[in-house]
Amino acid sequence: MSKALHTHEMRRPARRILSLSRRAARPRTGHAPASALWQAVPMALVFLTFFVVPLAVTVMVSFWEFTQYSIEPAFTFRNYMDVFDGCLSALPDLCTTLATYLSTLKFAFLVWLCTLLVGFTVAYFLAFHVRTLPVQVAFFLLCTIPFWTSVVIRMIAWIPLLGRNGLVNGALIEMGAIDEPLEWLLYSDFTVVLALTHLYVLFMVVPIFNSMMRIDRALVEAAVDSGARGWQVLTNVVVPLSRPGILIGSIFVITIVMGDFLTVGIMGGQQIASIGKSIQTQIQYLQFPIAAANAVVLLLGVLLAISLLLRLVDIRREL
Amino acid sequence: MTNARRPRSFYYLATFFTLFLLFLYGPMVAIVVLSFQGPEGGLVFPMNGVSLHWFARLWEDSGAVDISSAFWRSLRLALTTMVLTVVISVMAGLAFRQRFAGATLLLYVAIASLIVPSIVVSLGIALEFRLIDGTIKSLGNAWGVEAIQRGYVTALDPFTSGLGAHLSWTLPFGLLIMFAVFNRFDPSYEEAARDLGASRWQSFRYVTLPMIAPFLIGVAVFGFTLSWDELARSSQIMGSENTLPMQLAALTTTVTTPEIYALGTLTSAASLMMVAVLLTVAALLRRRRACRSVR
Repeated sequence: MSKALHTHEMRRPARRILSLSRRAARPRTGHAPASALWQAVPMALVFLTFFVVPLAVTVMVSFWEFTQYSIEPAFTFRNYMDVFDGCLSALPDLCTTLATYLSTLKFAFLVWLCTLLVGFTVAYFLAFHVRTLPVQVAFFLLCTIPFWTSVVIRMIAWIPLLGRNGLVNGALIEMGAIDEPLEWLLYSDFTVVLALTHLYVLFMVVPIFNSMMRIDRALVEAAVDSGARGWQVLTNVVVPLSRPGILIGSIFVITIVMGDFLTVGIMGGQQIASIGKSIQTQIQYLQFPIAAANAVVLLLGVLLAISLLLRLVDIRREL
Repeated sequence: MTNARRPRSFYYLATFFTLFLLFLYGPMVAIVVLSFQGPEGGLVFPMNGVSLHWFARLWEDSGAVDISSAFWRSLRLALTTMVLTVVISVMAGLAFRQRFAGATLLLYVAIASLIVPSIVVSLGIALEFRLIDGTIKSLGNAWGVEAIQRGYVTALDPFTSGLGAHLSWTLPFGLLIMFAVFNRFDPSYEEAARDLGASRWQSFRYVTLPMIAPFLIGVAVFGFTLSWDELARSSQIMGSENTLPMQLAALTTTVTTPEIYALGTLTSAASLMMVAVLLTVAALLRRRRACRSVR
């Protein structure tokens, strides 16, 4: 794959997808463009009504005023000030909001690292060490089956294992490794990272596996013939060519964790803060404008993270 | 390379993969086993006898939860989402084979809908419907419509806002699958149909549709399971009703019996069964096609 094409693919993924699907599939005796527009209308309407307008309303309401009884149209920055209330004066100590953001970023980073390491290793095994396609497909399906079940169930499934009287504590006591059950196994930062990794590692495995399957095996053989050791093949051939998959997986995992409130809530025993969770709490107390302001800040944070990620990858390619 | 002896790294990686599968499935197996806990049993091992006690309690609705209404509501919602996801995705997939105004924009919006945190989308839809409710109520007062003044509460409902929220989550997956399908689709079959005098509808109905049908099952699987298990986007917008995942999440803080494991086993079994049914249909379709082409 030429470097130019590769960069192009990264920069303009959407355009590339579009041009691919057109080039490959347009029937030459095609429909009139009017019918294409008509066919896209249902999807456009759904996204307009249940995605675009809601986001616009959120931004709008974040500037509204609210009293205990109602929310009123206005144009005020009070909600944003309330979100960061006392943050400047509290420095160098972190105010609640900043601490919440920091904790959310910490989870995003840790879960990203765990899912990347585990996901890459699994994808690498499937793509390069499993030799026949049927076995590959079977193993891949085996990895995806848990994805078809509810996230809540996959969270509570840890309780019998990690609880005070759970299997892990029981086994450790049995072995004499500890005297008292470990309290931090359940309802702690550790549990949140573990559960999020468990839930979303598949979002890393699938795109990385997909990238790896497209790697021309001749490149690997060429590297081996040129005297590269296994480790060098990995770092010089496989990792660079898997980069699109790593990037897509990273975007998925990081955005999911940044907006998460369920896993942090359930696996943190409702004691650990995250941005998503504070938005949820504010909604419960009907503080809609503050929740909206928080949501807008979160959205900006997610967009920033994605653009940083895209830049990071591009910069490295330039070096 | 195929016949080369396996390198040592293979065995390390194979061990890692085995541990990974254990990590994926271990917890699930644990709750499935524990859901058959005896009547005296608790939330953790050891098993205190084996029984269907906790399933029976779910069924009777005599336990801590009323799940049957949530179960059927979730099932209806997931089936509706599934059908709409397939139909809308196919239409959009056909549209994207052409050039049309706003194609790039629509694709970007679809991808954004995957990436924007679900709590933000949920809040946005809740706010949108609050504004709609406010408008309807003030209109009702202004025009003196008694039904609205007396009985109107909210437009939020699993089949209005809920359905929309689920579609905003399933459609991006559907669209991306359709891209993958049409990228591999050979348009010369359609051209042949046209040359033989098929109308545009006939060429779709008798040529395109049968060829893409097995992949549509994939879209259906996504549509069903994503909706059936959806929780984050649903959380603020179901009005006074509950879906099954919402019930389950609420139970995590209140229930202290294996009943919650029984419910977990039941919903997992339901979604896996649905996947199995749809995949069987896909296999049958493919076989029928193979038989036909032999004839």
